[in-house]
Amino acid sequence: MNHLLIAPIVLPALVAPFIIMTLRHHIDLQRIFSIASNVLLVAIALALAAQAYDGTVQVYELGNWQAPFGIVLVLDRLSAMMVLLTTLLALAVNLYAVGSKWDERGQNFHALYQFQLMGILGAFLTGDAFNLFVFFEVLLIASYGLMIHGGGTRRFQAGVQYVVYNLLGSSLFLFALGTIYSVTGTLNMADLAVRVAELPAADSALIRVGAIMLLLVFAIKAALLPLHFWLPASYAHAPAPVAALFAIMTKVGAYSILRMYTLVFGPDVPVVDGLVGDWLLPAALLTVALGAIGILGAKEIGKLMSFAAIPSIGTLPTAVSLFEPAATAAALYYTVHSTLSAAALFLIADMIRERQGGEIEAKPLMPQSGLISVLFFTAAIAAAGMPPLSGFLGKLMILDAARSEQTAIWIWGVILVSSLVTIMGFARAGTALFWKSHGLQSHDTMEEPEIEIESYAEGEAPAAIPRPAALPFVAVFSLLAGLVLLTLFAGPMSRYAAATAQDLFAPRAYIETVLANRDRPVLDAHHGADSHGTDSHAESSHGTDAPEAHDQSEESH
Amino acid sequence: MELLIASAVGLLTAAGIYLILRLRSFPVILGTSLLSYAVNVFLFATGRVVINAPPILNKTATDVTYTDPLPQALVLTAIVISFGMTAVVVMISLGAYLSAKDDNINMDDTADLQGEDA
Repeated sequence: MNHLLIAPIVLPALVAPFIIMTLRHHIDLQRIFSIASNVLLVAIALALAAQAYDGTVQVYELGNWQAPFGIVLVLDRLSAMMVLLTTLLALAVNLYAVGSKWDERGQNFHALYQFQLMGILGAFLTGDAFNLFVFFEVLLIASYGLMIHGGGTRRFQAGVQYVVYNLLGSSLFLFALGTIYSVTGTLNMADLAVRVAELPAADSALIRVGAIMLLLVFAIKAALLPLHFWLPASYAHAPAPVAALFAIMTKVGAYSILRMYTLVFGPDVPVVDGLVGDWLLPAALLTVALGAIGILGAKEIGKLMSFAAIPSIGTLPTAVSLFEPAATAAALYYTVHSTLSAAALFLIADMIRERQGGEIEAKPLMPQSGLISVLFFTAAIAAAGMPPLSGFLGKLMILDAARSEQTAIWIWGVILVSSLVTIMGFARAGTALFWKSHGLQSHDTMEEPEIEIESYAEGEAPAAIPRPAALPFVAVFSLLAGLVLLTLFAGPMSRYAAATAQDLFAPRAYIETVLANRDRPVLDAHHGADSHGTDSHAESSHGTDAPEAHDQSEESH
Repeated sequence: MELLIASAVGLLTAAGIYLILRLRSFPVILGTSLLSYAVNVFLFATGRVVINAPPILNKTATDVTYTDPLPQALVLTAIVISFGMTAVVVMISLGAYLSAKDDNINMDDTADLQGEDA
C-alpha cells in the first residue's frame, strides 16, 4: 500500500490540532506552520498526480480492512486532479489571508483552514459513500467556523442560514445513504457499482429514490437551482479568503455528482436509466441563467462576485449532465478554470472593499486603483469566458461537445447569452468602480482624507504611510497566472481531462482495483445470495441476508 | 413494529420540517434536531428490523439470527455528528441573536448596502 495516499488527509489533521493546542497565541508561528503545511500538501498532490498520470488506480485500505468491509481511499486521475487543484488554490488563498491580515480578525483561522482542507481532500479521495458523508461534515463544520470568522452581525446571520441549510442537506444525505444501503447492503462505491448494476429491474423503485435524494444533496453542495439559495448570502458575507476557498466547495458537489453518477448510477445502468441527466440539465441551465441575471442586479461587490460564481457553477453540471466523455472532459477543464477565476474574483473584490467599501458606485479613486483594475478586468475576462483566457476555451469545448445533442440549442443559447450578460455586468461594475472614479476625483479631493493618502501613494510615499502588503497581490497574481498557464497548456490539460473522462465512463478498472482483494470474481453475474453460506461472505451479503432475518423476526411476533 | 418505526420517522420528519419553516432560530434548531432523530431511527431500520438479536455474527451456529451491525455503526457516527452540529448551530444562532437583537433567520438585503463592513 502506498501511504502517500492518506498523507493529504493526515497532514492537515495533525497540523490543525497542533496549531490550536500549542500555537494558539502565536499568530506568526501559526502562519508559518499553516503555509508550510500547505506547501507540503502541494508537493504531496504533485507526487500523487504524477502517480495517477498514466491512469493507474491506487487503493489505500484503511486499517488494512478489505475493500467492501473497510473504508478505502482511491486515487485515480479525477481525484488526483481535484486534490492538486485544491492544494494550489488553498496555498494562494492562504497567502492572501496572511498578507491581508484576515487571519488576525478572529481566532483559530489557520486551524479551521487546515480542517477545511482535510475535509475537502478527504471527500475527493474517499471511495466509500458513507465516508464521503463524514468528510462532507468535516469540511462543513470547519466552514461554519470560517464562515463567521471575524464576526459581525450580518456575517452571523448569513452563517445561521448557511448552517441550517447545510444541516438539512446532511439529513437528506443520511436518508439517501440509508435508502441505498437498504437496497444494496453496501456503501463502498465500487461495490455499490457492482450491486446496482446487478439489481433486477423490478427492484428499482427504492434505488431510484435513493439516487435522486443523493442528487439533491450534491445539488445543494453544488448550489444548483433551486437549491442555490444559501450561496449568494453566504459567499457575499463570508470573509474574502474563505469565500475564495469556498470556490472549491461547490466543486466538491460537482465532483460527487460526477463520481457517483458515472461509477454507481452510470448512464448504462438499467435501473436508473436516464434519471439523472433529465433533471440535471434543466436545473443547471436555469442556474446559469439565474447567475447571469443576478450579476446585473447586484449592487454590492461581494454579491456581484457571488452571482458571478453561479454561472460557472451551473456550466459544470450542464456539461456533466450530457454523460458523455467529450462533454465531461470539457467540464473537467472548465472546473479548474472556474475554481481559479472565482477565487481570484473574490480576492479582488476584497481588495476593492478594503479600500473603498462594497457598493458598486463611483467613488473617489482608491489606492493602487490601476493595478487592481488590471486584476479585475483580467479576472472578469476569464470568468465571463472571453478570449484569450481559459474560460473561453472551456466554454468552447463545452459548446463543441454539446453540438450533436438534441438539447444543443438550449445549451448554446443559455451559455452564450449568459456569457454576454456576464460581460455586461462586469463592464457595468468595472466602469463604475474604476473609470467613473477618475471623474469624481477632482470634486472630492478636499473633503475625503483618503484621497490625500492616495495621491501620495501614486507618487513618492512618505515614510508614515505604510506601503500596501505585497502578499495579497502575489496571491491574486498567482491565481491569474494559473489561468494563463491553463490557457497556454490547454493541449496537455485537455488531453488529461479527456483521459480522465474516458476512465470515468469505463469504471471497470476502478471497480476491479478496489475490489481486487475480494476472493470472489468482481463482475460475476450472480448475487451474494449463493455465497452467504460461507462465513467469509456472510457480511458482504447483508442485502440478501437481511430480508431473511426480517422474516424470522416477523415469525417471532 | 415496522408500523411504529415508520410512523415515528414520518412524524419526526414532518414535525422537524414544520419547525424549520418557522424561520425563528429556536424552532429551527429544534426542527433540525428532530430531523436528525428521524434520520437516526431511519438508519436503524435500513438494516431491516430484527428484534432480540445481537449485532454479532456467530461463527459456530449458522442459523442464528443477527442484527445487521453496519447501520448501528452508521447511526453512531450520525449521532455524534448531529450532536456536534447542533452545538455549532446553537452557538452561531446565539451569536447572531445577541448581535442582531433578532432571531429571525431571514436577512434583510437592504441592510447589506448600509455597509456593515468586514
